Amino acid sequence: MRQPQPRFNSFAAPMKVLVQRFAFVALLLLSVGLIILGKVDSVLIERGRAVMVDLMAPVLELSSRPLGSLKKGIAAIDGWFNLYEENLALREENERLRAWASTARRLAIENATYRDLLHVRAEPGVRFVTARIIAEGGGPFVRTVVVDTGTDRGVQAGQVGLSGSGVVGRVLAAGTESARLLLLTDLNSRVPVALETSGVRGVLEGDNSSLPRLSYLPGGIKVHPGDRVVTSGIGGMFPPGLPVGAVESVANGVVRIRPWVRFETLDFVKIVEYDAGIGTVPDPEPPTGPPLPSLNAAPASGAVPTPEAKPPAAGQ
Amino acid sequence: MTETWPRRLLASLVLLVPPLVGLVCVLLGVAPSGISGIDAAGPALTLMLVYFWTIFQPALLPPPAVFIIGLLQDTLSGAPIGLGTLILLAVQQFVARERRVFTARTFGIAWFGFGIVAVLATVAGWLLGSVHAAQLLEARPFVMQALLSITLYPLVSWLFGQIVRGLKSLEAFR
Repeated sequence: MRQPQPRFNSFAAPMKVLVQRFAFVALLLLSVGLIILGKVDSVLIERGRAVMVDLMAPVLELSSRPLGSLKKGIAAIDGWFNLYEENLALREENERLRAWASTARRLAIENATYRDLLHVRAEPGVRFVTARIIAEGGGPFVRTVVVDTGTDRGVQAGQVGLSGSGVVGRVLAAGTESARLLLLTDLNSRVPVALETSGVRGVLEGDNSSLPRLSYLPGGIKVHPGDRVVTSGIGGMFPPGLPVGAVESVANGVVRIRPWVRFETLDFVKIVEYDAGIGTVPDPEPPTGPPLPSLNAAPASGAVPTPEAKPPAAGQ
Repeated sequence: MTETWPRRLLASLVLLVPPLVGLVCVLLGVAPSGISGIDAAGPALTLMLVYFWTIFQPALLPPPAVFIIGLLQDTLSGAPIGLGTLILLAVQQFVARERRVFTARTFGIAWFGFGIVAVLATVAGWLLGSVHAAQLLEARPFVMQALLSITLYPLVSWLFGQIVRGLKSLEAFR
């Protein structure tokens, strides 16, 4: 039986077959070499990757646009189907948040007063840049995204990526006009975290699934679904107190966390540079708007710091 | 060999088409779809490309082209560099060797063949990835990718078929 001839191969020369066989073996060895090199000298390989991604950044940016609008379109259509329920839920949430907002404003003023009274060192300056996601892993090996901002805007490896809802991950490598972020869910992601209420520390370990594991908790600690998890700041990579997620499930000693960030709808990442040392707590700035009228005016009158309230030791 | 230079130019331009389609596949694969956030992975478009062209026009997708496509995909997607490349090269070699089986007259057999190749490539990817990471990788994204690839193969191969038809008519024109 004759092997069926390829139908449209008139471009090929017969000599090529032998050359290609040799090329195949050479390229196979080259691939294996690259894998090993990546294991041995990952800095070199990652630098090469950053340069390559940098070169491709304009193309990536261009190619990400149509899919981005498609994604938005699907989300919009999806939204139309549950407009009513969503509206009801949002209205209810809005009511609750309004109450929280007035509480938060009152507390911010109170906090500012106490800080003033105690002469707390001023908060370190927090610089951030908002970057658009232009590419993502897409494959099953890693959970990373590429953003369109790099060292020319001050982005450096190790900086923290945030979204409106919580920690996204950290910058793995930065090129001139692009940077790669390791998401919380990636296999190589390790974030020192703490349970918000008890302060018990652990490590959030990504494993490429959408629900990273909370490991290294001290023994005898009860963890319940819904418990909130924040960064602990241990190790200095992440500042403490950033919202990460909530406990999703506790099964067979494995605690899984659902991150607040919804990676599937993420378009922009705020890349933050904390020039603070280890252990300092970055607080959100107090709201700038006028405080809501308080229901009982009594605490509000005492909230404004007066010169008399300062301790006498202030001048020394 | 009495080809005039425009014809030779045309022939070399035709040689560029499958790698360029490969580039588009890579770019689509890493476009921010949000799929990395869920327990899934996008379809392996480059795998479909290598399978398809190795069956129908192997001369237009030589190993160096596969290597460059794989390397670009590994670089942009953040995967271990060389790993995807290795798998694509192996798939090309496997399909080329078993072309007698895969060069099917009916689409069903070609699809079935792709299913086998996709499963083998997925298992190989998972094994190599696990060895590389020195721990067992989460299998769900791999399974999802294989299923998605097999499901989408008819559509993608139809698109590739249109390109091949276009190239063929160019050839006839020559």
